[in-house]
Amino acid sequence: MSETASPKLELGRVGDSTPRIDGVPKVTGEFAYSSDLQAAGMLWGHTVRSPHAHARIVSIDISEAVGMPGVHAVLTHEDVPGEKRYGLEFADQPVLAYERVRYYGEPVALVAAEHPEQARRAAGRIRVEYEPLEPVVDPERATEQDPLHPDRPTMSHGYRDDPRPNVVRSLLIRHGDPEADGEVTVSGVYEVGIQDQAFLGPESGLAVPDGEGGVDVYVATQWLHVDRDQVAPCLNLKPEQVRIHLAGVGGAFGGREDLSMQLHGALLALHTDRPVKIVYNREESFVGHIHRHPAKIWAEHRSTRDGKLVNVRVRILLDGGAYASSSTAVTSNAASFAVGPYAVDNALIESTCVYTNNPPCGAMRGFGAVQVCFAHEAQMDKLAEALDIDPIELRLLNALGPGGSLPTGQKITGTLPVADVIRRAAELDIPEQEELPRDPMRLPGGSGNTTRGEGVRRGVGFAVGFKNIGYSEGFDDYTAARVRLDADGSAEVHCAAAEVGQGVANVILQVARTELGSSDVVLAPHTTATVDSAGSASASRMTWMAAGAVRDACRAALEERQQNGGKAVDVERIYRHPRTTPLDPETGQITGERAHVAYACAAMRVVAEVDVELGLTRVVWIGTAQDVGKAVNPQAVTGQIEGGTAQGLGLALMEEIQTRDGLITNASFTDYLIPTTLDMPPVVSVLIEEAEPDAPYGVKGVGEPPTVVSTAAVVAALRAATGRELTRVPVKPDDIVGL
Amino acid sequence: MDVLTPRSLEEALRLKAERPDAVPIQGGTDVMVELNFDRARPAVLLNLNEVAELRGWSQADGKVWLGAGLTYSEAMEPKLAEALPALAEASRTVGGPQIRNRGTIGGNLGTASPAGDALPPLLVCGAEVKLASVLGERVVSLEEFLVGPKRNVLAEDELILGVTVDTGDESRQTFMKVGPRNAMVIAVVSLAVRVDGDLRAAFGSAGPVSKLVRAELADADSFPQRVAEAASPIDDVRGTASYRRHALRILTKRALDRCLV
Repeated sequence: MSETASPKLELGRVGDSTPRIDGVPKVTGEFAYSSDLQAAGMLWGHTVRSPHAHARIVSIDISEAVGMPGVHAVLTHEDVPGEKRYGLEFADQPVLAYERVRYYGEPVALVAAEHPEQARRAAGRIRVEYEPLEPVVDPERATEQDPLHPDRPTMSHGYRDDPRPNVVRSLLIRHGDPEADGEVTVSGVYEVGIQDQAFLGPESGLAVPDGEGGVDVYVATQWLHVDRDQVAPCLNLKPEQVRIHLAGVGGAFGGREDLSMQLHGALLALHTDRPVKIVYNREESFVGHIHRHPAKIWAEHRSTRDGKLVNVRVRILLDGGAYASSSTAVTSNAASFAVGPYAVDNALIESTCVYTNNPPCGAMRGFGAVQVCFAHEAQMDKLAEALDIDPIELRLLNALGPGGSLPTGQKITGTLPVADVIRRAAELDIPEQEELPRDPMRLPGGSGNTTRGEGVRRGVGFAVGFKNIGYSEGFDDYTAARVRLDADGSAEVHCAAAEVGQGVANVILQVARTELGSSDVVLAPHTTATVDSAGSASASRMTWMAAGAVRDACRAALEERQQNGGKAVDVERIYRHPRTTPLDPETGQITGERAHVAYACAAMRVVAEVDVELGLTRVVWIGTAQDVGKAVNPQAVTGQIEGGTAQGLGLALMEEIQTRDGLITNASFTDYLIPTTLDMPPVVSVLIEEAEPDAPYGVKGVGEPPTVVSTAAVVAALRAATGRELTRVPVKPDDIVGL
Repeated sequence: MDVLTPRSLEEALRLKAERPDAVPIQGGTDVMVELNFDRARPAVLLNLNEVAELRGWSQADGKVWLGAGLTYSEAMEPKLAEALPALAEASRTVGGPQIRNRGTIGGNLGTASPAGDALPPLLVCGAEVKLASVLGERVVSLEEFLVGPKRNVLAEDELILGVTVDTGDESRQTFMKVGPRNAMVIAVVSLAVRVDGDLRAAFGSAGPVSKLVRAELADADSFPQRVAEAASPIDDVRGTASYRRHALRILTKRALDRCLV
């Protein structure tokens, strides 16, 4: 390195707090997001979308649009050269709709033009004749209505056979004696609205034809290789003819697991032989990705008079929307964690996800565990009240830990310090109530100036939750890393792990520097072109998996270099976490040693002030203790905890996609509200570092547990302040006031 | 799309007379949303940012003149906030700092949204809106100016010059706005109250237009109920009609407690 080069960020080793390598460019506005990409001769793509939630397509007439100024291509399903359908796990989603549309905003046609305005105008001239059909919008009735997918794409995948129409997956877990009686029973019904990932960077990317029939797609995504594997068959190309490159990601949270513009951009680029850029606007983004499954949960907890759980019976209904996406795994996760991190000998859990014409749902931070945590924690508080036991004591009494079992029969073999996180969160000092008068910014209603203290009551809530790390149920989950080690000791690391803001780029560099004992390490662009799959930046798995793969590749590179006398080496290694096996389709019990790899838990304490007359809330303080295994980058871990907590707080208080007959009615950040800094208090985070035996350096994923618990913990504080049951999130002012 | 940028009020009025389809734009916090979402594609924008006559404010004889180009940030500055505290409180609730630096009182009048945050404080201060065209000027009360949701009496060749409001002698006033989060929200319901010899309340987001309700001081006890009954709220994505009515009662009661001391 020459002396005039700009000073390199001093990155630390595993366990050091290191500043994000993209931190400064992001803060100064210099970071290139996927929507900032440009190429010479570039065209702009635009997507024509269904205005109906459910309709038959009678005809599509593109003739007027084709001749519009600047227009280079107008494409429909007839122009898809390969497979007509794709999907993350089940190919049930049309590249472009044919015969019928199943959700509001479903892509029907594409336009490429010189200018985005020309593309939009041409899109407006495409005449699609629809015959509206009755939309399936009530998940409780969906199994009695006509099937949206008569060919049942999720059948014959080893799931329980449920012949009812519109069932994506239904899972039944029978554990111990599901009829076992307790001395005390509490029950409740809980509902969770549709949450959106609400990432700030809308779906966007650039597709560039390679002149030899293939295409390069630069896109904000979570899993480069699975994008490639969905795109290539639809384009009738070989996988290596499609290269997916990670562009700057403006947030993901699960919402970029499914394809957005990848296929459409590639189709247009290959058709026009020009680079094509597609950027969704905010309204389009709300229909451009899947959301968190809305849920209805019926729960019954039976315990002894002393508070020991005897039997937990839960029925979960998830609305998957029009296409499968990752619904089958969400269904299973919701069932796995329905009881919460508690030991119980008997359980009956039914988890069902249905197809409807509501917005499609799939992966979102917490992935099924968020919904059930809201229910099981409300139930635990209810049980504590019925038994007149301190709610923290009740949780400790039932806390799951190593050696205990999940309702699926799987033993906890790694670390799971549930009792520890409960104790550590419970012992955090909560702040004294602030004196009045106060700046309205420090009262419920904030800048709205609605109270000077009138109607304000304070409540303290608590919740604990857990979630799996890594892919489950027999999925072959692996990550590849490639290390090029030069003779001078400098190294280049290739790993397709998507940096989605979670900080995996730093993790990779920290691991490489630790293993190679050198600071002279660079991270190559994340792409399918130079390295095998990293798997998804999902399921709190990326730190664990990337750390494992990079560690192994570095060690192999060092060894190889030693053997060849110090010459440059280039090695690639695949890392796999312990193998899992599917659940038994009839009993929901494990069929091998494990269906999940490992777990992480968190407990959270929340202080809230509620204006009980107006139903407005100010969350005053949040304290949490989280099981993190080993914090590779403690600063980033704290950031993940704060961000994840804010996302759960949003679901508790305000975030919900609203629909009417399947149509989204609040597709904007004016009406889909996410917390501001005035809504989100400072968070006190306690990191519990107990090394996970099977994981590299003992790491665990940290992104999801805070989101899992914070919704439950915030609502618990609201219940304490108001004395109301508050069984649905987001909690509305009407619910608090009692209208 | 043409963008016309007049340098004086005279030029602005002439251009508006020549191109009555021109959409006036000042801060752009409403107009640009429409453009960005592709809901509007006006042939002409009339950019009023260079028209000095629309800027600023002045005070004389118990009246305050607010130019149409007055931003929310300017309305929050101490001297004006002292004269019109409810308007300052309302301005503080508008968007974030960037939006408050751009958004203007004139824009709030021009858009005439039932949720316009400046409208209730202006109504309780007896605002009179000054309109102008090449043919001359006219003054209409704000109550007459607002005729429906996003509709006002502005003629197609007219521009809004500003508003005159009455600061009163012993006026006590406040503004409150309910939203599901603690900043940067469109009002679920809002309320301005002024006590100055009589009781005046004006609400937002609780009917097709912001509306003024008046009563004698002696009727303070029944005033919250009267304000709630004067509203004609609807259910929409932001809130329910029953909540809005309920909140108006609570807000009016609290506002009177603040102002009747």
